[in-house]
Formats: sequence, C-alpha cells, structure tokens
Amino acid sequence: MEIKVLGTGCAGCRALHETVKQAVAELGLDATVVKEEDIMKIMSYNVMQLPALVVDGQVAAKGRKLSPAEVKELLAK
Amino acid sequence: MIQQFADWLVCGVFGMSAETHLGSAVNFFFYDSIKIIILLFLISIAMGVVNAYFPIDRLRHYLTTRNLYGFQYLFASLFGAITPFCSCSSIPLFIGFVKGGIPLGVTFVFLITSPLVNEVAVAMFLGSFGLRATVIYVTSGILLGTLGGFVLGRFRLERYLSPWVRQLQAQSDTKSEVWAKTHTPFAERIPVIVRDAWGVVRGVAVYVLIGIGIGAAMHGYVPEGFFERYMATENWFAVPLAVICAVPMYANAAGIVPVIQVFVAKGIPLGTAIAFMMGVVGLSLPEATMLKKVMTWRLVGIFFGAVTLFIVLSGYLFNIIL
Repeated sequence: MEIKVLGTGCAGCRALHETVKQAVAELGLDATVVKEEDIMKIMSYNVMQLPALVVDGQVAAKGRKLSPAEVKELLAK
Repeated sequence: MIQQFADWLVCGVFGMSAETHLGSAVNFFFYDSIKIIILLFLISIAMGVVNAYFPIDRLRHYLTTRNLYGFQYLFASLFGAITPFCSCSSIPLFIGFVKGGIPLGVTFVFLITSPLVNEVAVAMFLGSFGLRATVIYVTSGILLGTLGGFVLGRFRLERYLSPWVRQLQAQSDTKSEVWAKTHTPFAERIPVIVRDAWGVVRGVAVYVLIGIGIGAAMHGYVPEGFFERYMATENWFAVPLAVICAVPMYANAAGIVPVIQVFVAKGIPLGTAIAFMMGVVGLSLPEATMLKKVMTWRLVGIFFGAVTLFIVLSGYLFNIIL
C-alpha cells in the first residue's frame, strides 16, 4: 500500500502525517507513508483543500484534519 | 445566564468584589471566554452544515459551467465567506480555479473574502461587538471581496502570474471539471461536522483565552478615552495607519478581537477597528510567501496593495456612516 499525505507544511498537514504514521503502525500495515510537499505534484491530484490523503493513487480525504479513528477506517478498506 | 455564572464565580467562589479593578477584570475574562467559546462552537457547526452541501468543488463546477451574467463575482464572494480558510489551501485553490478556466478576477474574489470572513472572526465579532457590528463586518467583507476581485480582474494581470501557472491557464479545460455529487445522509454527517467544529474550537481556544486575558487586563486598567487622543476620527491618518500596522501582523482573529474591543470601549471609532481587523485577518505575510509560488512579486504587491487600499477606504466609509 502506498500512502501519501499532501500538504505544503502547515500545522494541519503535519498533524495528519503523524496521525497516518501512527495508524499504519497500529494497524500493522505493510505501507509506505510519504509526505508530498511539492505543490506541482500536489496539484496533479486535483485537490483544492489541504491536507489531503492519497491511498494507492486515489484521493481518500481532503481539506480536513482527520482523527486517528477516521484514518484507520480509511486505511482498513 | 453566562453573566450570572461569571458573577457567581468571581464574587461567590473567588470572593472578589465586582467594584475592584481585579474583580471586574476577572469577571470580564470568564464571561467573555465562555460566551465566545460557545458562539464559536455553534457558528462552526452552522458553517460546517452549509459547507457539507456546498463544497468547494461544487462552486468550481458552478462557476465553470454557468453564465452568471456578472454575478459570478458576488457568488464567489459568498462562497468564500462560508468556506473555512487555511492559508495552506490558498495555492491549491488558486491553481484549481485557474485550471478550471475561472477568470483571475473571480479567483481573486475568493482569495480576498475567504480569509476575511471566516468562522473564527465572525464568532469573535459577535461575542465582542454584538450583532450590528458583525453584520456590518460580514457584509462589507463580502462586498469588499466582490469589488476588489472585479477591479483587479479589469487590469489583465495574467501576465504577472508565474510561467508554470500561465501554462496551466492556457491548457485550462472546463469540460474536465466534474463535480460528483455524493449522497451522504444528513444524520451521518452530523457527528463529523460536530467533531470538526470542536476541532476549530480546540485549535483556537488558547488564543481566545490569551486575547481575552489581555483584553480583560486592559479593560480594568486603561482609563476611558485613553486612545481617543491618538486615534480619534478627526485624525485622517488613523485608518491607513491602523491598516498598515495590521497587515504584517499574523495574529489570528481569536487573539486580536478582544484587544480591539477594549480599544473601541476606550474611544477608538468602530470603523477604524473593523478596518484594523480586516488588515489582520485578510492579509498576512505567510499568505504573501505562499502566493509567491504562483505569482510574481509584482502581482503579490498589486494584490496586497489593492486590498489594503480597499480596506482603508471602507474604514473611512464606516467612520462616516456609523
């Protein structure tokens, strides 16, 4: 599984990155978590609100600071 | 009810007299903190509900597919007001609009109104200045965004965008932007909306408390009419001075409003205070550095200069009519 956190470095984006890393560890997933800060690459996902979460190339969530439970639910799918 | 609670807490529990400076300051602190936090929570929920039905992608879809006969500026401004703003989203928004073929002027409308009218500013205004001042703030913020974007749109500023953004604009394709309607029942959305609203409150609570703390301290000690000598209506430079001081300040609305409230209580005209507030929340240096990624410095300067000018003009207008 390939997980990307899209964000330009604001507090919300960093918080989501941490939440996702923690969720991956707790679920014991075999996944890579990457933080994408390059605005050009972020825009290729066509999101207008950050932070956003991309799982295997699909935008799973955008514009919200997800709670750990929400992240787990999204990753468990 | 909140006032009674604050009175009870200060006089009954802490044993302070409301007559003393300290007693009235502590009373003011508790009363305002509780009131504003409740307001902030309720307004965030209300905005969350509206936003669940009018997400940003839907706005873009509307703006790209319909001819709104000039009303697109006002429309974008109204949307900007209800959309929660985060400075980190300003660039993706900008690019998203440009890619969708939305004119630069309309994009600017959104960039002006979205930070200017946000849930935190509205709650703080409502709690500190009451309904009338809040309605004036919100209405003028929406009109200022509409007018500002419209005027900026006339100047053909596209040439000052960064080259890669101009390239995107040239390839813009309105057809590709589809807005997929999702059918989530209202009942399922409520917990998420409430949780997000609580997140907003939690995120700014500390600034609210600090701001009200400073406000409360000043409230009890600064004499009546203290600021009037420096910033009264008669001083024509008071408004531009207030706005120019405000622009580089990156204090959030939560921290700054309680302090401004004391300024107003001690003699500063409300119009000057509203203009100051608009300068603080509407324009900030972090936003300028963000915008630099999609614009040349020249365009950032034009944008900031124009918005500053509009805020100053509306400050004068408030002071005349209020």
